[in-house]
Amino acid sequence: MPSESSAPTPLELERHRPYLLRFALLQLRDRGAAEDAVQDALLAAIQSAARFAGQSSVRTWLVGILKHKIIDTIRKASRERPPESEPANDAGEDLDLFFADDGHFAEIPETWTSPERSLEERRFFEALERCLHALPKNTASAFTMRELMGLETEEICKELGISTSNCWVMLYRARLSLRACLERTWFQPGPTGPGRGEIPG
Amino acid sequence: MIFRLSCKEASRLISEGMDRRLSLTERIGLRLHVGICDACTRFTSQVKFLRDALKAYPGPNDREER
Repeated sequence: MPSESSAPTPLELERHRPYLLRFALLQLRDRGAAEDAVQDALLAAIQSAARFAGQSSVRTWLVGILKHKIIDTIRKASRERPPESEPANDAGEDLDLFFADDGHFAEIPETWTSPERSLEERRFFEALERCLHALPKNTASAFTMRELMGLETEEICKELGISTSNCWVMLYRARLSLRACLERTWFQPGPTGPGRGEIPG
Repeated sequence: MIFRLSCKEASRLISEGMDRRLSLTERIGLRLHVGICDACTRFTSQVKFLRDALKAYPGPNDREER
């Protein structure tokens, strides 16, 4: 590995566009907005390529720039239309569905076999995308701001215009739902065998 | 009752623990519960895995790098 860093060329930066687009798309859920954010990020990167410190990979550096552009997009959107699709005071009543009356899990989380191996599979990330898309928009947005963008809860609340406790409820809902969704669609329960004594119809 | 948490209460604290620093009481309550609850033990590792998965997003690459 060369220790000497040189400014990445526009062509080198351009190679990362598909990657950046998927990243932006997961957060913004709107192709036009995602493409704009990526375009802005690449332009900013080309303009400041000389300042690329070479301490991280080019991709990491680009993602850092893209995150700022995505946050700008989110801010602009939230200024333009106040949220109304989801209740302002989110007490999380729907979360009761995940639990029995006695407070136990309605669906007990199963053991996932070597989940880390899934991270090497493209199809896993597609399953993850599908599960994220099944979430309410604000819930998914809060979750990706937290886990994809790495924002702190305070920033997320500010961007979404919700209270801190609502934010925690949203992230909790997202985790419960995603966990259940991935278990259903990706980490199928192990081969427990067919129901005993069941007569096939 | 923080010392007799249900899975519902415990899992909420597990999730919030990913986003804020839990109080000492919460942490003790959670440890007591998770110590005897397989479901919440699995829930804990699954929400951590979700974090890893999003960090790794969009995953293995399409020939661009390397």
